[in-house]
Amino acid sequence: MASFSNLLQTTVGRKILTGVTGIFLILFLVAHLAGNLTLFAGDGGEAFNLYAVFLHDLGPLLWIAELGLIILFGLHAYIGIKIYLGKKKARPVDYTYYQSQGGPSKQTFASKTMLISGMVILLFVILHVLHFKYNFFMPQMMVDNPAGGQMIDLAGHVEQAFLNPWIMLAYTAVMLLIGLHLKHGVWSAFISLGAKNPKLVPVLYTVGGIVAALLAVGFLIIPVFIFFNGGLL
Amino acid sequence: MSTHDLITVHLKVWRQNGPNDRGHFEDYTLKDITTHMSFLEMLDVLNENLMKEKKTPVEFDHDCREGICGSCNLVINGIPHGPQMRTAACQLHMRHFKDNETITIEPWRAKAFPIIKDLVVDRNAFDRIMEAGGYVTMATGNAPDANAVPISKVEADSAMDYAVCIGCGACVASCPNSSASLFTGAKIAQLAKLPQGAPERKKRVIAMVEQMEKEGFGDCSNYGECEAVCPVGISISAIATMRTEYVKALF
Repeated sequence: MASFSNLLQTTVGRKILTGVTGIFLILFLVAHLAGNLTLFAGDGGEAFNLYAVFLHDLGPLLWIAELGLIILFGLHAYIGIKIYLGKKKARPVDYTYYQSQGGPSKQTFASKTMLISGMVILLFVILHVLHFKYNFFMPQMMVDNPAGGQMIDLAGHVEQAFLNPWIMLAYTAVMLLIGLHLKHGVWSAFISLGAKNPKLVPVLYTVGGIVAALLAVGFLIIPVFIFFNGGLL
Repeated sequence: MSTHDLITVHLKVWRQNGPNDRGHFEDYTLKDITTHMSFLEMLDVLNENLMKEKKTPVEFDHDCREGICGSCNLVINGIPHGPQMRTAACQLHMRHFKDNETITIEPWRAKAFPIIKDLVVDRNAFDRIMEAGGYVTMATGNAPDANAVPISKVEADSAMDYAVCIGCGACVASCPNSSASLFTGAKIAQLAKLPQGAPERKKRVIAMVEQMEKEGFGDCSNYGECEAVCPVGISISAIATMRTEYVKALF
């Protein structure tokens, strides 16, 4: 019989897990973006730095959140790879000639490249954490904390990074890729988690596209702005 | 659409002499095909020509030829049931093809639908999914009174939208992952909408989903290609319903 432990054993269970982890990852992106947008506070990055201090001070709560994110990412990617590998098994002899019917089909560039965009995003996330959390590519900078003492100047770190055209371009490209992934992903999550009304289906596809575009633009505006403005406000 | 009344078509037909044969494409040219012919009638002409030449005719599945039996499983120019939406291959007419057009005809391709010969595949996997749970329990004896079980018009219509599935397998054939989710989802959604389906509701969704897995169908990635090729236009919301039914069955 079915139970939560064998959700991974059926296509329906796997898709529900993909949808649930996907929704949580989107919520994470929304929170992340909200934090990032404090860079536009016009205070040279102080609000952003204080937000980073606040997160650091959460201590064990932050570790739990980080562990949760690793599990979400891992499970989401694991199922995605498993689905991709299952394709060949389910159709050992492929069509010589195949095309999409169009119409209500959601077989688009975005949906057909979910594995590739997903893999690039995974690689990006690893490099991104090494870049800004573990200072792998740049030395850590310090700045005065208005509450006294010193704090890590993460905003300065961000500013330095995005003044480099290559880093700016690489981040912008990945953000566009995240938008592409979410163009199919947001809608797909709705269907995976039970959008049962046939009339709602096309509406949700549009909503998914808008959410994807807003998130992508929200994130990429930061490197683009910093580069062309020559620094933070 | 062609303005010609009589057209010439060049066919590339998949020939495979049994499940273990490698299979290959064979080219045929048919002259003077009237555009009023159905696609299957055009194949009948091909087979008559082949028989006159003492060659083995092309095996293809067909039965009612009016779009309700779900037998005619042909991938025409890369699309299950061909270029016209909401149309089974038997209801497709030759007026949708141009003069001198090359038409590729392939069988459904999926591990769960092994090829028997040429364009004929074994779709018993669908029957086994139905045996696993696509039925209802009801009292035998005299026919029940009409309206003894009240069902709202909205629910009845919605159940009917899923019940129109003819089990042709185009959803599997069109799916990049060869998933049978639209078929299984339609059957589950239809019975979930009706009080007659209530007694086995939880058992049904688990059993049918597990059987679908055992048959070797692939995963659903919400491509929605199935809905686009479905000859009766079943919405992908059938798959969403299957998933919510599955979650309900977990509790």
